[in-house]
Amino acid sequence: MKIMQISVFLENRQGRLYDVCSLLGDNNVNIRALTIAETESFGVLRIVVDKSELAVRLLRDNHFVANFTDVIAIEVPDKPGGLASILKILAENDVNIEYMYGFVEKFSDKALLVMRFEDTDFAQQILAKHNVRAVAEKDIEGL
Amino acid sequence: MIWKQDIECMSPGDMKVLQSERLKQLIAYIYRNCPVYKQKLDAAGVSPDRIKSIDDIKRLPFTVKEDMRDNYPYGLFSTTQDQIREIHVSSGTTGNPTLVGYTKDDLKLWGDVMARVLCCAGAEPGDTIQIAYGYGLFTGGLGFHYGALEMGLRIIPTSSGQTARQLKIMQDFKPRILACTPSYALYMAEEAKESGIDPAKGNWKIGIFGAEPWSESMRHEIELIWNMLATDVYGLSEIIGPGVAQECTHKDGLHIFSDVFYPEVINPQTGEPAADGEDGELTITTLTKQGIPLIRYGTRDIVSIRHEKCRCGRTSPRISKIRGRTDDMIVVRGINVFPSQIEHVLVGIEGTQPYYQIVVDRQAHKLDEVEVLVEVEQRFFSDEIRRLNEIREKIRKEIENVLSIGVKVTLVEPKKLPRSEGKAKRIVDKRKL
Repeated sequence: MKIMQISVFLENRQGRLYDVCSLLGDNNVNIRALTIAETESFGVLRIVVDKSELAVRLLRDNHFVANFTDVIAIEVPDKPGGLASILKILAENDVNIEYMYGFVEKFSDKALLVMRFEDTDFAQQILAKHNVRAVAEKDIEGL
Repeated sequence: MIWKQDIECMSPGDMKVLQSERLKQLIAYIYRNCPVYKQKLDAAGVSPDRIKSIDDIKRLPFTVKEDMRDNYPYGLFSTTQDQIREIHVSSGTTGNPTLVGYTKDDLKLWGDVMARVLCCAGAEPGDTIQIAYGYGLFTGGLGFHYGALEMGLRIIPTSSGQTARQLKIMQDFKPRILACTPSYALYMAEEAKESGIDPAKGNWKIGIFGAEPWSESMRHEIELIWNMLATDVYGLSEIIGPGVAQECTHKDGLHIFSDVFYPEVINPQTGEPAADGEDGELTITTLTKQGIPLIRYGTRDIVSIRHEKCRCGRTSPRISKIRGRTDDMIVVRGINVFPSQIEHVLVGIEGTQPYYQIVVDRQAHKLDEVEVLVEVEQRFFSDEIRRLNEIREKIRKEIENVLSIGVKVTLVEPKKLPRSEGKAKRIVDKRKL
């Protein structure tokens, strides 16, 4: 089950992350997961929010470059070896992960990780086949 | 010494007779041999037999850079290509480069005016010259080469770059003359110091610097660091390459060789000649060229002109250092850069928009650096850094292919750069020239 991630282009300038967060906050959009990838001159902010359509519209209206990306939010057993057990499945089936990061909070006894795959559909098939649970978009909205 | 004493010190009256005769022949020659110019002259209602004196030049139409582009490659030639012995190209404003071609006699002319340049700067027969201008399609290296051959100098054709080797050659072969861009002269001084060489004890005593704008303060610095006389050379490939004008050792304006390159300084607003001492666009008619002679070619360089005799004895008019440009061209490390070239590249890359800005900077004693800011577009934005870097790299490579100089490309947020409202601020030139 895929969910929407929003990616935002950010120049390496003071206050830019604040600008994004306050824009979303002022409009009652809640950030559930977040990571930043940076280079020397720019960064890409990746977020999962409760109202993604609204968030992208707000960002673009305010001259940010923002895109949707399909990612999968996977429940990972919150115990030693929990993540390894998932990665083992992926590795054995030649599924490439582009990047991953964690949710701010859990909503069961399991940890929640956002994973971006090279081939999202294929990854989804493999995970389903091995009974790894992925969270649906409506679960995020309800968080 | 003065290379062509009879010409360079000719009385104004005799010079006018010579120029008038040459202009008559030139117009008849072009009218006969170049259909594009014939059409241009016909359209302006100028028949060659109405040209009787150099003063009639005012009746002739101007030639602009776009004429060269529109008639690329051979439209402005007055000879067939089998008469051409050498071609050079420089950057055009968009797409096509500017092509120039020399007949055997044109190359002889080039050697002659460059010999005048070298003498003007103080070279003596038997001197050694280190030519650190680029050899190749750029006219700098070969232009100096032909002049030095003509004059009888010992030539070290180092071309540009490989600074450590340049310095070793200077120490080992003791050339008295250095020819390169002024910024490279400063850069080499820095490199010399770092490798324990005292530039003030260097062997170069005369510098002939050009191909990029430079100021009096830069001259002062070069002269102090290298303990040499630093002179300014002017030229452009459309006219001949280097060899259009050169400062003598008095450094009081650049002597323009007006018997072959007839100068007018034109007020860009009115199209009328500017008075002596007033700024205007330098416009040149090549009185004796065969391959690609040009009538009243607008150089887009802003200068002023003076006609009084110089202390050195030369009577040729003198132009000021270049005070600016009528277009948005900038010169970086001797290479002409037009913003439109970068626009052209961006339009050609899928997903990019031509929203860009060029920032040129020169750290003290370093070479010019070019940074191109490009706005990130929704269409090529990706959540993956790798893809963004790929696009940045692609833009960089394509710009470098077109400009032939290294650039840094930086992606910026949209709507950050000025939109084309009239003359957009495409260039931020931070260099202290």
